[in-house]
Amino acid sequence: MKAVVHVFLKPGVLDVQGKAVESALNGLGFSGVSNVRVGRAITLDFAGSDVPAAKTEVETMCERLLANPVIESYRVEVDT
Amino acid sequence: MKAAVIVFPGSNCDRDCKVALERSVNARVEMVWHQEADLPAGLDLVVLPGGFAYGDYLRCGAMAALSPVMAGVRKAAARGVAVAGICNGFQVLCEAGLLPGALLRNAGLKYVCTHVDLEIVNIQTRFTSAFGARRSAVMTVGNGEGNFFADEATLDRLEGEGQVVFRYRKNPNGSARDIAGIVDEAGNVLGLMPHPDRAFETALGSSDGAMVFQSVMQSVMATA
Repeated sequence: MKAVVHVFLKPGVLDVQGKAVESALNGLGFSGVSNVRVGRAITLDFAGSDVPAAKTEVETMCERLLANPVIESYRVEVDT
Repeated sequence: MKAAVIVFPGSNCDRDCKVALERSVNARVEMVWHQEADLPAGLDLVVLPGGFAYGDYLRCGAMAALSPVMAGVRKAAARGVAVAGICNGFQVLCEAGLLPGALLRNAGLKYVCTHVDLEIVNIQTRFTSAFGARRSAVMTVGNGEGNFFADEATLDRLEGEGQVVFRYRKNPNGSARDIAGIVDEAGNVLGLMPHPDRAFETALGSSDGAMVFQSVMQSVMATA
């Protein structure tokens, strides 16, 4: 199975990278752009075929390492 | 006084901390590699130094917080041994859950390397008692992710319980409520972004950092 974990700073937590990218996009002429947030995607392969169980396990990984719940939120996608 | 300085791969202020402890309080200092699960016996202070532990991979301090030595650091903290995380060490303590909050990318996007004027908010901690009536200190910061963040309720609690120990007089990085250093609820775990280890003698521009180590020394003498 494959999982993709998307990790972003929570809404309300200052994302300075997002702000820098936003002003760069504006500088390129993309004037309608706002609220740019920069996160990270983590992909991983693992054994097994039980999607719900896998999702729970990856969420545990997020809580323990992949995300910092104090400042970040995450979203998990699992595919067979 | 006996101290341990934890050395992670990527720590770069470990030897600074050792010299600062030796010169400011004549401490016996052992360097402890991150793979050691047990700390030396009889420690009075454990220092997590500045640097870029594990290359700051994933998040600053995230990998270091899971390294074997942290089991020993947790045990020492639970026993009431003084634990000080400086800069990257502060990030490690937050990631390990030994201190609340987290350190974000600096609000100004820049790595900030400068002297900072600090207000000593709580002089009754075992890391600040030597400052006596002094309410100011000069140290240096050098960080890209020193912007302290915690939710409002946590910040209120930190302020209400006297856990905010150092505050910036001029905020260099966007830290919530100008916070530069905090202690845990029990008061024996300190995290601070400024470097006392880079301000322990006048040749370095300030000797105020030595007082942090002298405070720990005083508390050790008082309980001996």
